[in-house]
Amino acid sequence: MANPVSHVGYRAIRFVQELGSIAAFTVDIARTALTPPVRFAAFVRELHKLGVRSLLIICVCGLAVGMVLGLQGHHTLVRFGAQRSLGAVVGLSLIRELGPVLTALLVAGRAGSATAAEIGSMVVTEQLNGLRMLSIDPVSLVIKPKAAAMLVVTPLLTALFIACGLYGGYLVGVGLLAGDPGSYMSSLRSAVNFHNDIECCMLKSAVFGLLLGLIATYRGYTSAPTAEGVSAATTSSVVISSVTVLLTDYVITALWGI
Amino acid sequence: MAEKSDSTLQVTGSRPVVPLIPANNYISLDRVRMVYENRCVFDSLSCGFPRGRVSVVLGGSGSGKSTILRLIGGLIRPLAGVVTVDGQNVGRLSYHGLNVLRRKLGMVFQGGALLDSYTVFENVALPLREQRLQSEREIAGAVHEILSAVGVSDADDLLPGELSGGMLRRVALARAIIRKPEVLLCDEPFSGLDPISIRRMEALLVQINREFGMTMIVVSHDIPSTMRMADHVLLLLGARIWEGSPAEMRRSDDAEAAEFFRDGPERLQPQGKS
Repeated sequence: MANPVSHVGYRAIRFVQELGSIAAFTVDIARTALTPPVRFAAFVRELHKLGVRSLLIICVCGLAVGMVLGLQGHHTLVRFGAQRSLGAVVGLSLIRELGPVLTALLVAGRAGSATAAEIGSMVVTEQLNGLRMLSIDPVSLVIKPKAAAMLVVTPLLTALFIACGLYGGYLVGVGLLAGDPGSYMSSLRSAVNFHNDIECCMLKSAVFGLLLGLIATYRGYTSAPTAEGVSAATTSSVVISSVTVLLTDYVITALWGI
Repeated sequence: MAEKSDSTLQVTGSRPVVPLIPANNYISLDRVRMVYENRCVFDSLSCGFPRGRVSVVLGGSGSGKSTILRLIGGLIRPLAGVVTVDGQNVGRLSYHGLNVLRRKLGMVFQGGALLDSYTVFENVALPLREQRLQSEREIAGAVHEILSAVGVSDADDLLPGELSGGMLRRVALARAIIRKPEVLLCDEPFSGLDPISIRRMEALLVQINREFGMTMIVVSHDIPSTMRMADHVLLLLGARIWEGSPAEMRRSDDAEAAEFFRDGPERLQPQGKS
């Protein structure tokens, strides 16, 4: 059995090596992002793959979360005679926390895992080596458009998720529980502050998009060239992304100030 | 250990050897050591590949045939030793230097390595589009010319997943040679093909070599095809290496080499040692 001290040392060295590797990968993406070619067509293709194909799941989940918030919020607010504030409760919950976080988790599960698996399978089938042999940088051709699309798509999907959630809350609060539509909208409008809520929400989702893009592409790019390697890369991409999103959410919320 | 001139059979043992790298070798490996995890693929491999000739690398599974191509292409670096292409030490090249060198190299991977989300046309056009030296019209002309030359004329809009094994290899070959490289590296170009496709592929490779004078290194299990097209053969049998012309190979009185050519590579076990 290996000496526990040497095992800890080995793990520590591997961790530092991994950090260095992630940093080098990030610099590589930044370098290709700042130098031509722009690869606009590939970027648009990725926007479609990551964004348009996620529309349905985002809309359905946003609607469901909004409806649950409407239902729970109404029953709680009724106890205090504050059912007219339902719009504010649903709006603030969605815009400040649930919208960016749940969207990021959904994007990690759908688009992030697909990205890691796609790049991993390109490693297995030597497509990336094929590009290298053609003097084409795989980071520029394959990774950059995917990471950039993830960065752009996440805030847009977050906005859509929130819009669907607000509508879901409205459906339950006004349609099902016979609340006042005017109260719902006016409490929503008066409670939501552009600087504190909307800006913070967009900042969060942009940071999440950046992190999701980096994690998914990195895990795929460094996956072992075997079926098991691709599977491990896909799984770890989702797990690491989810944990990172939740931790980062706390950090941004704490730094921004509530 | 025995060393002979380029034109005669060369036999090297498992101990470190003084390499024989004739002056006309365009590509050479000098005392290369390569280890994958715990498995030593080469301990001290020295060999050369002459300019403008078809060299064939034969050997059992796991003998390191494909590793030689990856070393030459700079996709992996040796643990020790020197890989030289056109006088340049591949292991010492910078990222930019390696990219410049790779413009002289074309490689056909075993599975084709075509981008599976790109059509045949887009795959073959990719190297030219990335160079940004030609108009889209010129690129289209060049792509159709090369696709027609390799016998895949009506597949522009097909995805690699929709191609047969033979077509896939020919498209991969078209992509590899569209920039007219000086060296063509082929990793198992005949594997999984039917006899007719093997013949067609073999004829194509010979034609490319004769027309463009490309230095060609072909890694294969298919002994009849490779021996027909080879000018120079490198046979890897464990720690031993034979180098020479096909005629010299056939004349070899070494029992192991004779057995290889008689029974084929299938009987050989992986040659690495821990």
